[in-house]
Amino acid sequence: MLNLDLANQIKAKFGDLISEPAEFRGEVTLKIADAGKIAEVCEFAKTKLAFNYLVDISSIDNYGEDPRWTVVYHLRAIVNGAEIRLKTDVSEEKSELPTVLSVWATANWHEREIYDMMGIRFSGHPDLRRILMWEGYPYFPLRKDFPLAGKPTNVPDVAFTRITPMEGGPFVTVAGGNDSIAREPRVRIPETDAVEFNARIEARGDNKEMRGHAFGPGPIEKK
Amino acid sequence: MATVQDIEIRDSAARTAAAVEALEDIQGEKMVLNMGPSHPATHGVLRIVLELDGELITKAQPDVGFLHRGDEKIAENMTYTQFIPYTDRLDYLAPLANNVAYALAVEKLLGIHDKLPPRCQYIRVMCAELARISSHLLGLGAFAMDMGAVTVFLLTFTEREKIYNLAESLSGARFTTSYTRIGGVMRDLPPGWTDQCRKFLEEVVVNINEMETLLTRNRIWVDRIRDLAVISKQDAIDYGLSGPNLRGSGVEYDLRKNQPYLCYQDLDFDIAVGATGDCYDRYLVRMEEMRQSVRIIRQCLEKIPGGADNKSNEPINVDDGKIILPPKQKVMTSMEELIHQFMLVTEGVNCPPGETYFGHENPKGELGFYINSKGGGVPYRMKIRAPSFVNLSIIPKIFPGCMLSDTVAILGSLDFVMGECDR
Repeated sequence: MLNLDLANQIKAKFGDLISEPAEFRGEVTLKIADAGKIAEVCEFAKTKLAFNYLVDISSIDNYGEDPRWTVVYHLRAIVNGAEIRLKTDVSEEKSELPTVLSVWATANWHEREIYDMMGIRFSGHPDLRRILMWEGYPYFPLRKDFPLAGKPTNVPDVAFTRITPMEGGPFVTVAGGNDSIAREPRVRIPETDAVEFNARIEARGDNKEMRGHAFGPGPIEKK
Repeated sequence: MATVQDIEIRDSAARTAAAVEALEDIQGEKMVLNMGPSHPATHGVLRIVLELDGELITKAQPDVGFLHRGDEKIAENMTYTQFIPYTDRLDYLAPLANNVAYALAVEKLLGIHDKLPPRCQYIRVMCAELARISSHLLGLGAFAMDMGAVTVFLLTFTEREKIYNLAESLSGARFTTSYTRIGGVMRDLPPGWTDQCRKFLEEVVVNINEMETLLTRNRIWVDRIRDLAVISKQDAIDYGLSGPNLRGSGVEYDLRKNQPYLCYQDLDFDIAVGATGDCYDRYLVRMEEMRQSVRIIRQCLEKIPGGADNKSNEPINVDDGKIILPPKQKVMTSMEELIHQFMLVTEGVNCPPGETYFGHENPKGELGFYINSKGGGVPYRMKIRAPSFVNLSIIPKIFPGCMLSDTVAILGSLDFVMGECDR
């Protein structure tokens, strides 16, 4: 009840900018129409409604939809334990929204992580560098169009990545399949898969030594 | 006649101010020192780039991510049940607590978090508290060892071994337990487990007392860590610290009390809170938390429905064939159970569309899972709020002004684990 009251107070202050509070499993979510206003809303929530603790910031890739990104803030008031979730959409062309670093210092690393994993930038962030991946890594791995097995990269003298040999393995569920039959390894015929896998690696031509890795060392030849 | 001499111990803020003052007279170049990623005191693969003026730290820049495995990406590509083993590898010093946290998060999404059978709740609380003792024992042992008190480390590791034995008889694995399931636990307490646990609790209290005599009033220990790296209440909240690090700074916030889950509201325990927020307070808070955990487990052993050997056949899983796997003997004889088994194994637990966040009071702090579901057995997005990651982000704030040799003490007092930080 407390959560809903506080959500309504935010709604009352910002009016049309904020959606009607949505409740699910006792958690209240507010959607902010304009991502550019997120810092203002957060500032208000912190100073006027005692949401002094930022639990987490996460991001969602709504691949294939527009706007593509959703950034999710989890706020908490230490004094009464009230919690609220703020969400805002960011379009792919823009991929940028204001930082909330001035509101909560903890946002620093969360925002860096989102930039690193999704490639959403935070304007006004003083130190927006990659945090989990290394500087110079060219991709954003949590995007839905980034394959689970990874992509090969090479930054000379710094670091490199290869595709993990998990893809096509006999006891490995296939990533991203729509249904369980596509994911479930036991319904697939391993040898055909291995041949297919090798052919795919061959065609791509990027990583010759990967060949045959699907089933451990040594290439598997077609009989 | 004995005389009492007052020794002034400055806090780190005063020390910084004094140091800056002193620096103005000294001409010299600053030195950049690379600490880690393979450094015994960073307990894992944390790298810190330190800027030094003599022995004094003027700037610290932590560098994380050396253990990044992409757990969140992996979670998007498998069913909820399949991800349980990955949670063992988050905070690998307390896998049982991670299992409990994750199971509760998915159950919240399913809407069955308040329908868990009481016996299951008590078992889970005991798991979480055993994990807390285990994690704090290691944290404090390693902390003390880095300060030169190797005896403490040996003491704590003797006790941790017993927790591993308990975990082994409970789940079959000492380290990677994967003990919980969505909607329950893997199996009931094995015969003799409660007696083994009671015996352990008696022994661990003796050992904690011994640790206390070795450390709490030890002049070397106290002088070394008191008033070191003071984190104010405001900073602790601002930087999102959680767990013992937050409470060490005097913020009385514990998810077990403030947002009770499982059967914590039926149990009697206290929250340890520090006064000044220095390394010594964080040490004291952890020490007290272990005692409180012992207290909680004792109560659980008394109150657990069904008792030690569950003669009254209390359920340990929710009574829902669409969530929990049916007993194996029924799968081969009954049509409905066969269908349930097939659906659960191939498609996973069918979760409703929606989004939930669940934060669990883990030994290291608040381990949270934000699950965004579009329905079905696979999460669309799962964000893991790792306490160590957030706790480490305060390093650039508290390191400047400390001496180089203090880094080891501060890192020990923050008690982080990189498996969880880097995910």
